[in-house]
Amino acid sequence: MPYLGSEDTVRDLRRALANPHVQSDQLRYRNVILKVIRLMSQGLDVSSLFSEMVKACATVDIVQKKLVYVFLCSYASLNPELSLLVINTLRKDCQDSNPMVRSLALRNMTNLRLPGLMEYVEQPLTAGLKDRAACVRRVAVLGWAKLHNLHPNSEIDAVVVNELYSLLRDTDPVVMVNCLRALEEILKEEGGVAINKPIAHHLLNRLKDCDVWGQSEVLKILQRYQPQSEDELFDILSMLDSSLVSPHPTVMASTLSLFLSLCWALPAVSLAALERVRVPLLAACGSASREIRFTVLCHIQLLLRSVPGLMGAHYKRFFCGYAEPAYIKQRKMQVLVELVNDDNVALLLDELKDYCTDVNTDTAQAAISAVGRIGRSYSDRCLGILIGLLGLKQENITSAVVQTMRDLVWVCPQCSETVCSALEGCEEILQDSQGKQALLWLLGTYGDRVSSAPYTLEVFIDKVRCETSSPVKMELLTATLRLFLCRPAETQDMLGRLLHYAIDEETDMCVRDQALLYYRLLQSGIDETRKVLQGRRSDPSLGVLIGLPAEPVKHWARVFNTLKPLWQSFSETESVRGRSCQDTAFEPNSDLSDTLTSCQLESVQTERGGERTPSPADSLSSSTIVPLSLLPTLTPGEFENLWLRGFEQAGEEEDGFCMTEQVQCGNVTQPSPQSFQAAMQLVNIQILAFTPSHTLPWRVYLYTHTQAPPCTTLILGELLYTGKPTEEGGAQDGTRDDENAKKTVVGGQTEKKVNNEEEDASGIRNSGELAKDNGQRAEVKVTLKQQPRDDKALRGFLSVLITVLHTLSSQRE
Amino acid sequence: MIAQVFILSSKGDRLVYKDFRGDIGSDAVGLFYDKVTALTGDQPPVVMTHRNVHFVHVWQGGLYLVATTIAADSSPFAIIDFLNRLAALIKDYCGALSEKTVQMNFALIYELLDEMLDYGYVQSTSCDVLKNFIQTEALSSRPFSLLDLANVGLFGADTQQSKVAPSSAATRPLQGGKSEIFVDVIERMSVVMSTSGVLMKAEVEGEVKVKCFLPSCSEIRIGLNEDLSVGGSHLAGYGAAVRVDECSFHPAVRLDDFEAHRILRISPGQGEQSVMQYRLADRLPLAPPFRLFPAIEKDAAGRLLMFFKLRCDLPPKSSAVNVSASIRVPNGCISLSQELSSPDQSAELQPQNRAVVWKVPRFPGGTQLSAVFKLDIPALSSASMMEVGPVCLTFELPKVTASGLHVRFLRLVPTQHRGPTQRWVRYVTHSDSYAIRI
Repeated sequence: MPYLGSEDTVRDLRRALANPHVQSDQLRYRNVILKVIRLMSQGLDVSSLFSEMVKACATVDIVQKKLVYVFLCSYASLNPELSLLVINTLRKDCQDSNPMVRSLALRNMTNLRLPGLMEYVEQPLTAGLKDRAACVRRVAVLGWAKLHNLHPNSEIDAVVVNELYSLLRDTDPVVMVNCLRALEEILKEEGGVAINKPIAHHLLNRLKDCDVWGQSEVLKILQRYQPQSEDELFDILSMLDSSLVSPHPTVMASTLSLFLSLCWALPAVSLAALERVRVPLLAACGSASREIRFTVLCHIQLLLRSVPGLMGAHYKRFFCGYAEPAYIKQRKMQVLVELVNDDNVALLLDELKDYCTDVNTDTAQAAISAVGRIGRSYSDRCLGILIGLLGLKQENITSAVVQTMRDLVWVCPQCSETVCSALEGCEEILQDSQGKQALLWLLGTYGDRVSSAPYTLEVFIDKVRCETSSPVKMELLTATLRLFLCRPAETQDMLGRLLHYAIDEETDMCVRDQALLYYRLLQSGIDETRKVLQGRRSDPSLGVLIGLPAEPVKHWARVFNTLKPLWQSFSETESVRGRSCQDTAFEPNSDLSDTLTSCQLESVQTERGGERTPSPADSLSSSTIVPLSLLPTLTPGEFENLWLRGFEQAGEEEDGFCMTEQVQCGNVTQPSPQSFQAAMQLVNIQILAFTPSHTLPWRVYLYTHTQAPPCTTLILGELLYTGKPTEEGGAQDGTRDDENAKKTVVGGQTEKKVNNEEEDASGIRNSGELAKDNGQRAEVKVTLKQQPRDDKALRGFLSVLITVLHTLSSQRE
Repeated sequence: MIAQVFILSSKGDRLVYKDFRGDIGSDAVGLFYDKVTALTGDQPPVVMTHRNVHFVHVWQGGLYLVATTIAADSSPFAIIDFLNRLAALIKDYCGALSEKTVQMNFALIYELLDEMLDYGYVQSTSCDVLKNFIQTEALSSRPFSLLDLANVGLFGADTQQSKVAPSSAATRPLQGGKSEIFVDVIERMSVVMSTSGVLMKAEVEGEVKVKCFLPSCSEIRIGLNEDLSVGGSHLAGYGAAVRVDECSFHPAVRLDDFEAHRILRISPGQGEQSVMQYRLADRLPLAPPFRLFPAIEKDAAGRLLMFFKLRCDLPPKSSAVNVSASIRVPNGCISLSQELSSPDQSAELQPQNRAVVWKVPRFPGGTQLSAVFKLDIPALSSASMMEVGPVCLTFELPKVTASGLHVRFLRLVPTQHRGPTQRWVRYVTHSDSYAIRI
């Protein structure tokens, strides 16, 4: 940031630097230089002092030298010519008798990052590799890596590479580790440093000499080594055992990572390693540094995916501290939910109950939803707590409780009786749209059991003009219509009023369209309406997600000890926040199963009745219902085999069949991978692999079995989404405006922050078109392979798939 | 590998900025600050991402210590550990970690960073290695002041108890000064207690720290309680034994005499290091230091009355200091009137935290304090009672360890360095989280 009067300051400094009196007084000289560096680190541009600073470089005072180097390295790239002047001083210093001066000169020579200086640097670097002092060798080794990255195209001499390999045997452990690092960068194209058996064993033997950081680096590189025999493998594992229980979380995590990659074929050994690592992990959980604590918690969540019972007995370690920041508390609660069992449920719920009334609303909300999750297994206890919380009559608590109850009822229909009796009076307290939506859904779906439901809805309908959130209005429409179906006498009048308002006065298109749809639906007869609206009230099959079978370790072993587990959760919440900001979200929950609430299914059904873009499957969708099944399961390897084989023989083979279809739908990459996967699982389609969301082209591989009589077939599929419309689709009226708008949206989802202003600028008209545009033109290319061929089943499957895609993409609108 | 390291003040001012690899522009600083201040309460701030740049930061002493990297597969443990280590080193070299000390000693910190990291790879973080390279002298942040009487006795006489080191003694730069060695046993206690006084959770995490100001030191021996039992249940029957469940040692500690005599032998380098870390859970040797006897009722005028008796169960000779009890109260409290048993106590209502904070500066062991709080709550309902509590205590117990761990002796193996050496052993127990349910 520029400071006021910065030019004057720089001028004064230049004068001082050039002053011979200052130059002769070491202390004064150093102070002036300090001032320059201080300004520089505050972000002021002092690059114009470069030539003065170059002169200051020639001194015997090491402190001053170091300071000047800090300056020169920051600004050298702006003044390549003047930097040549420094080289002489630096080269002279490289001959100095003091190893510290030598290493300093060598390090800064390579830090200048000037491609033009290569010829001057190579010779001192070569000499540096053979220096007596370890600190010079350390610098020289890394210097080659810097040099290589400055000239990525030029070949580094094979002699140097060999020299570096031989320096792996250096007596100084840091030189050894630096060699690994340098080779890793120099040989990046060839896949990094080559680890053969002698090198691997040498590294393992030297491991103990390295410090924590060196060890973690060596362990990471060793992941690439494949032991040749089982005996060797076990020798290595037993050598590493002590590192596995190291008190340093850094070493412990990288050792575990190495264990998992070495034992990928031996699941039993990896599980034993996870058991072994429990004690140090728990110890790190109590670390004084809250950042470490958070990191450990994120990684424990990974472990729990494979070994749910790992920490069960230690649940008390995850009780939240009074002064801990909210983000750690929330992680701890997520872990606690996983740890619940018959022995600890009472104490655990008691603790969670305490958090539910926390002063921090985010913490309170997280605690309430944690209680709800436990409620799937221990519904009576949890409902007791939730109903008790309703008694507090506090807005945010009531809202969170109602949402939690809705989610709970969806999974555990047996709770509905208790929930229905507790809903009375909530409507007066609820203020936020999320809570209202949840309450409306409950009233609509279980209206026959809540005696006061029509009166509650009437209150909402009377106030509908003041309601600002359109999702609430849409939910209100659905709830009223549903209630009408089971209690027509009490509801008819208010339904009429609501439809009248929504069709005639409402300005929000989505609400109006939905009202119109319902109106026409009612015109076509009450039975039709019932068929569409009275879908399932609950989905107990989702319960499977709770008692999720243990995942194999290899699913997460790759991301263990990377930034991913910490950062993924962050980006997830960020995208959720982004959505809720626009107030268009259906379900702003990052929670996996929570995203699967009724709203999606409802829209599936309403869309079937409504006027969607005609897709080839639509005509068939009502007539064919194909039972799908996930069993027998297919491993990714098998899938790959079948998929590739299918490609070659699709034409000739009699019983195999391959088809491609363009499905028009919105941006399906929008939902998080979890919710996408979960949605697919809901209709019994298993996803095997997908690219991360928001990357284009976006691909998904999936499979399922159809079980329609007379035979069962296996269907493999690939979804490809490029984010661009195909020519036929978009050419006719694709004005420039539209194209721009689309780009904004695609970019806007990935970098919301940056593009926000842009989006605002492009105006209302564009964004209005956006939604349509996005909803209709973008196409997903679906490639399907079936074995044996059964057209009817394939069509049925396709229709299911298309419905799910539509639902997912329409979530945004 | 780390691409950049920078230190920002809480207001976002750049204090130190060093670019190691040159693949991320310096606008990362502003970007980071924008991101970290835009976070809402429920978002974990530790790792943030913008395009392909990952920001990892620790928040210590009111400063953001940030490392950026473009490699998503770097180990988060390593980076965070490194930043913590950087903070510890700054503390060692400059005496404390604060905006002021960092500003004054930025040249020293640049020098440190230069030696610690090369091309984004950690080279060395041990104080002993680094001290050979670090040339800049630290500037102490305590300016001379006539009014600063902390170290001056009455008329120059040394009135301080010679056995007690001033609390600020160890917060000074490493270089120069007296040759002293501090061994601190620091414990953090986290307790959850039910209304009836039953311990639902009790956990103590402890640490033996050595802070060494000696220029060279060959070996010290730290003798712990002879009856200390580690992890095993084999001594549980005897009750009196001091027990820890898990413990781990610094790799440099020699444990030859540990099994037989509970002696730790170590050659400490300059600066602070954690020699031993331990933990015990559930069965604490002493009774928990505080118990609370609450009574809550509604009076005729619709006010909420809270009667508290707080008893300190420490041995009579010791006492707790800076005790503060934060009592969560129902929503919508307007005013508070209190009756406290002595004038040095204080209580105030903090509406934004929905809490009444009751402060006791000094609380001797074996005594009991009582307090009555009357709260005006317009919308008082019977359910509001549910919102009262828990009571969270924060306190400090000087000269007390909750685990009973003690240092029997601290011996320096005689070396040829001149001058007498001061040896200090200090004990303190902090409350990590001490919650009492109501």
